Amino acid sequence: MTAVAEQIGNWLSEFSAQAPAAPWVQKLRAAAFQRFTELGFPTTHDEEWRFTNVAPIARRPWRNPPGHPASGLPEEARRHLAQHAPQSNPFVALNTAFFTDVAFFHVSHGAVLDKPIEVTHQAAGGAAAYHPRTLILVGANAQCTIVETFEGAGSYFTNAVTEIVAGENAVVDHYKIQLESREAYHVATTQVQLGRSANFTTHSISVGGALVRNDVNAVLSEGAEATLNGLYLVNGSQHIDNHTVIDHAKPHGTSHELYKGILDGKSSAVFNGRIIVRKDAQKTDSKQTNKNLVLSDEAVIDTKPELQILADDVRCTHGATIGQLDSEALFYLQSRGIGKSDARSLLTYAFAQDIIDRIKVPELKDRLEKVLFERFHEHAQ
Amino acid sequence: MALLEIKDLHATVGEREILQGISLTVEAGEVHAIMGPNGSGKSTLAQVLAGRELYAVTGGQVLYQGQDLLAMPPEDRARAGIFLAFQYPVEIPGVSNMYFLKAALNAIRKQQGTDELDAFDFLNLVREKMTLLDMDQALLNRPVNTGFSGGEKKRNEIFQMAVLEPKLAILDETDSGLDIDALKLVAHGVNALRGAERSMIVVTHYQRLLNYIVPDYVHVLAEGRIVKSGGKELALQLEESGYAGLGIADEEEAVGKV
Ligand SMILES: Nc1ncnc2c1ncn2[C@@H]1O[C@H](COP(=O)(O)OP(=O)(O)O)[C@@H](O)[C@H]1O
Ligand SMILES: [Mg+2]
Repeated sequence: MTAVAEQIGNWLSEFSAQAPAAPWVQKLRAAAFQRFTELGFPTTHDEEWRFTNVAPIARRPWRNPPGHPASGLPEEARRHLAQHAPQSNPFVALNTAFFTDVAFFHVSHGAVLDKPIEVTHQAAGGAAAYHPRTLILVGANAQCTIVETFEGAGSYFTNAVTEIVAGENAVVDHYKIQLESREAYHVATTQVQLGRSANFTTHSISVGGALVRNDVNAVLSEGAEATLNGLYLVNGSQHIDNHTVIDHAKPHGTSHELYKGILDGKSSAVFNGRIIVRKDAQKTDSKQTNKNLVLSDEAVIDTKPELQILADDVRCTHGATIGQLDSEALFYLQSRGIGKSDARSLLTYAFAQDIIDRIKVPELKDRLEKVLFERFHEHAQ
Repeated sequence: MALLEIKDLHATVGEREILQGISLTVEAGEVHAIMGPNGSGKSTLAQVLAGRELYAVTGGQVLYQGQDLLAMPPEDRARAGIFLAFQYPVEIPGVSNMYFLKAALNAIRKQQGTDELDAFDFLNLVREKMTLLDMDQALLNRPVNTGFSGGEKKRNEIFQMAVLEPKLAILDETDSGLDIDALKLVAHGVNALRGAERSMIVVTHYQRLLNYIVPDYVHVLAEGRIVKSGGKELALQLEESGYAGLGIADEEEAVGKV
């Protein structure tokens, strides 16, 4: 047996052992699994996965703990589930073949939620694979906040897919907080469909995990606005890959993207930001920024904008920076009596500050401030 | 024992020797002015005393309270009572002025064996010093020096000095770029801190500041050496005859004369 066949083989026996779900889900699963077996796990020969080697995920025989097979989902869920996230991504296909419970929320037309929708995934180790599946439908003129949190202990594999469909004029503030264990593998796709004049903000904060891949894909209708904020912290031998695609499908869309990374130790990070402006999408206004603070000589960052602009009357800017702590600022702080390691952590924290300041859920902001504070003290030592 | 004793100090950047043998003794309570044309090494001397690693000390010795100052990291110098008001204060986005100052004050107090100030006492202290310098309290919540005007930055330096109460303050061209009202305020702030226990090294390009902060001694620095020392009247003499009167070329004046 070839290595690939062997990898798929484990999944095949896991797939056959699944408890059956409702027939329409069963159909999705079967098609997705078929797709997955055709695609196999990506390799670094695959352009989309050039800098991220998923072999450590592919070669392990993960166990898929049984859940409650999705049932009782309403008609509107059926219309959207697995209809948006790209099945061309093998991990999305794998999730679709293996998800059990679906976290489904429907914010009805015009509703304004005063509390966030919280979806927390708490993983236990034991070589388990989790395939969290979330679907959120936000009706026209509705407004909501969504907080997805990923945590866990030990060694496991999280393979998450979230689909968000925002109706006309809807306002959505989304958070994806990745605090997985340091031995965990985390692959996640967030797929967002934005209706006319919808306003969507996402904050992707990535702290944990041994190997992490985040895909955020947003498709914008006319006059829609998307803001993608990202913060990733890696040290030790951590690897994180953030791929984003902002697809301006219709005119007058706006997108702002700011991803910031802090790298230490022998860690590595990838930022790949694709902006598509379709032929039809005149008057698009798009700005992308990726900034990296590299605290050690051994950390590696690959950052790449990818602009595919097919319309002519648009404004698109992008920029990436890779820098170290500012030695003048460091000296200024020290010259006031602040110790070198405190000064380093203060400046590191300051680098992340604007992303943290954009968090509008107070408890979440407090929690992350603590997480970052502890992390940067660790950096500074 | 003198508070500060600089003996034949040499410092370089890269290949270039900028300080070429400086000797200077400062006793407790004294105010020394250091004047000199642009590029003569004034800021280099100030930064070397504060511990900037960019400059390599290649010879000489500096004793502070009898201790080897050059062996101490910058934060230890600050904790021992040295304060440098930067010629070009550094902007630090993302760190609030308030947080910064509190961290600095508490680090210094800890070293000196005094308790950390609680939020209430800290705020009171800060308000008092801001009033002294007629500073807008809103500056406290802004990131350190970020988006401050040139004058605000300079005042912020003196404000920090007022809060941290150093034993030896080194003011590097704190007067440059200030209009006369701001200059008077800064001088007023500095004079309020003068005392038998506090020494100052006031670095300036212009004599004007010394009308308001009257020094005990004036030293003229040229090409990395002190070429002349005297009392406060030396500053007036310089004002009249210019650096050229002492046979010193001033880059700026030379440029101006083209
Ligand atoms: N970081 C540096 N790199 C290279 N040259 C420097 C640096 N700092 C100062 N110098 C040079 O050293 C000389 C003295 O500079 P400085 O101490 O700033 O003078 P002053 O403050 O008297 O104007 C100048 O010729 C300046 O160009
Ligand atoms: Mg200077």
